[in-house]
Amino acid sequence: MMSGWLKNWFESQKQTRKFHPFWIVLVVTATLAVGGLVWVSTYLFKIEEVPAVPAVAASAAPGQAGAQTGNLPTTAKPSLLSVEHDFSPPDPDDIPEGEFGDVIRLGKNIFTDTQTYAKAYVGNGLNCVNCHLDAGRKPDSAPLWAAFGMFPAYRDKNKQVNSYEDRLAGCFRFSMNGKAPPLGGKEMVALTSYSYWLAQGAPIGVALKGRGYPELDQPALAPDEVRGKVVFEANCAICHGADGQGTLVKGRYVFPPLWGSQSFNAGAGMSKIHNAAGFIKANMPLGQGGSLNLQDAWDVAKFMTSHERPADPRLAKK
Amino acid sequence: MRRHKSTSFEPRQRYADTVRLLALMVLTVFASVWASHAFADKLAGGVIAQKGGAGITACLACHGSNGEGQAAAGFPRLAGQHQAYLVKQLQAFANGQRKNAQMDPIASALSAQQISDVAEYYASLPGWKPNAKPVASAPQAVLGFKLATSGNWSKGMPACFACHGEGGAGVAPHFPSLAGQMSTYTRAQLKAWQAGTRDNDPQGLMKSVAIKMSDEEIAAVSLYLENPALNEKVK
Ligand code: HEC
Ligand code: HEC
Ligand code: HEC
Ligand code: HEC
Repeated sequence: MMSGWLKNWFESQKQTRKFHPFWIVLVVTATLAVGGLVWVSTYLFKIEEVPAVPAVAASAAPGQAGAQTGNLPTTAKPSLLSVEHDFSPPDPDDIPEGEFGDVIRLGKNIFTDTQTYAKAYVGNGLNCVNCHLDAGRKPDSAPLWAAFGMFPAYRDKNKQVNSYEDRLAGCFRFSMNGKAPPLGGKEMVALTSYSYWLAQGAPIGVALKGRGYPELDQPALAPDEVRGKVVFEANCAICHGADGQGTLVKGRYVFPPLWGSQSFNAGAGMSKIHNAAGFIKANMPLGQGGSLNLQDAWDVAKFMTSHERPADPRLAKK
Repeated sequence: MRRHKSTSFEPRQRYADTVRLLALMVLTVFASVWASHAFADKLAGGVIAQKGGAGITACLACHGSNGEGQAAAGFPRLAGQHQAYLVKQLQAFANGQRKNAQMDPIASALSAQQISDVAEYYASLPGWKPNAKPVASAPQAVLGFKLATSGNWSKGMPACFACHGEGGAGVAPHFPSLAGQMSTYTRAQLKAWQAGTRDNDPQGLMKSVAIKMSDEEIAAVSLYLENPALNEKVK
């Protein structure tokens, strides 16, 4: 009976020629399709909120209130479009021949063997690659290809807009406990060329997936040195030594020191627990990245960052 | 040297000198006993290696007269390997943590002292020296070199030398030397980790590398390690 009425209405409406009932179906389908597209694309492109309080990153480090962050330049940045797709840098085997290729290769050598190729600017036993794995290519270990397109940027660390060379200089001063090579000098040009080459084809001003070290969730329990020591002895001491001083073979560190005079200084990003925890969770033990649970990563980071290391050079100047 | 000023010694002083002399003699005896003991360890180890003992087949039958191994049979090179690593492996064969039909009964027959002695002996033999003999085909050498020095991070695999030291020379006591090891043995060990039949590595560190490797990578790196060009880059 109902269907009979519907059928009559359907036929009568068809006759008006102004309104075909199938249009309803069409409109509904079209709405669903457009809605679906928008919905799906929000998964691909995620608009990040501008943090309201600039110091938010610093407060993420428990027990480090007021400390400088060696964090990514999150402050005063325009709303970021973060593209959640994987960017793959080119293979180092494909570095071109010729003069530009030679400078790119020098940059790679400085990065992987800073002790030999930029000795004059290094004040400890580390090489850049120790914290930026796979010659600065590995995602989640602050890869160079993800950094290159994000500068110039304002950094809270020195309260000014930093060029890419300024950013490189930062790691020389703090992570390498040394001094910055001259801007525009051989080392800076080589490192910039290598970064540029790795970043070819990557968009500018877009935070790529895998940039920096992962921001970890807060652990269930406040990070604790005593628990951290247990984690350290079970997972790290075999390589970095029970005393954290690394393993030296013929004057070179096979396994780098985590604290003490030959390690990064107290102004370095790695001395901030949230950076250390993020790096460790994603990359350590070597070859077993991701194997530590969240609590263990924070605890061992706390243990590592609570040891003596060279002083922050900015404080020494005062 | 105040006492030389006087022509005769006081009895008390003479007594003190005698005590000092005695102490020195005792020390010398201790030192030489200790040193000769250490040397004797190596000698005793050498005897086991060359002649065997009660229920112990002479090691040279399989591992070669200079501990250089036997490529065809896959008997590994032992010469120049770190002592602590050799001890650990012999103990593992003896207590079942590592399994091998040929090694298990031999290791079980060795006493703790003999294990230490024979390990001392093999560790003291000259290790591998780079030689001119090319072992890998050109493309395999390139791939092997790359894996050994850079790894394959697209699979999360670190460089072999990141743990096994520059040139694969090893980092005592936990990371054995790989350089100069026969490819048949290296390949078999990597496969054993993949299959789960070798699992006595600390923290599963070696397993997490081996399980990421393809057959092609295993073949290339094993051949490369048989004669890694230490200084000259294959490229
Ligand atoms: C002790 C560890 C350590 C060493 C060694 C080190 N860095 Fe860093 N680097 C860091 C940390 C921590 C950050 C900040 C990452 C973050 O905020 O997520 C960083 C950031 C960077 C960035 C910016 C990354 C980005 O996405 O903004 C560059 C470029 C960089 N480092 C280059 C270098 C160079 C060149 C060297 C060698 C001269 C070096 N680093 C040595 C720890 C280190
Ligand atoms: C199998 C050996 C190994 C183990 C185990 C290991 N690491 Fe490392 N670690 C390394 C190597 C090698 C590097 C340098 C990486 C490179 O240069 O490619 C490194 C780098 C680091 C760095 C940055 C460089 C520095 O000196 O500060 C930190 C921090 C670190 N490891 C912490 C840890 C912690 C914490 C653990 C335990 C959870 C751990 N590691 C376990 C081998 C190891
Ligand atoms: C019948 C042949 C044979 C004899 C005899 C023999 N071995 Fe072995 N050995 C092997 C084989 C085969 C392996 C490889 C085991 C495997 O594949 O896991 C091996 C492995 C080893 C290893 C482990 C090496 C490494 O790099 O991990 C040690 C150590 C060792 N043998 C010591 C000895 C000693 C010491 C003796 C003498 C007391 C001895 N072997 C006698 C066949 C033999
Ligand atoms: C994360 C550190 C690490 C890396 C990277 C690593 N290894 Fe190892 N490897 C070990 C450890 C630890 C052992 C010792 C296992 C034991 O004690 O039984 C070992 C043992 C071995 C052995 C057995 C040696 C013998 O004499 O029996 C072989 C073969 C080997 N590794 C090959 C490789 C190759 C090839 C690579 C690179 C593709 C590699 N390893 C990378 C940690 C590592």
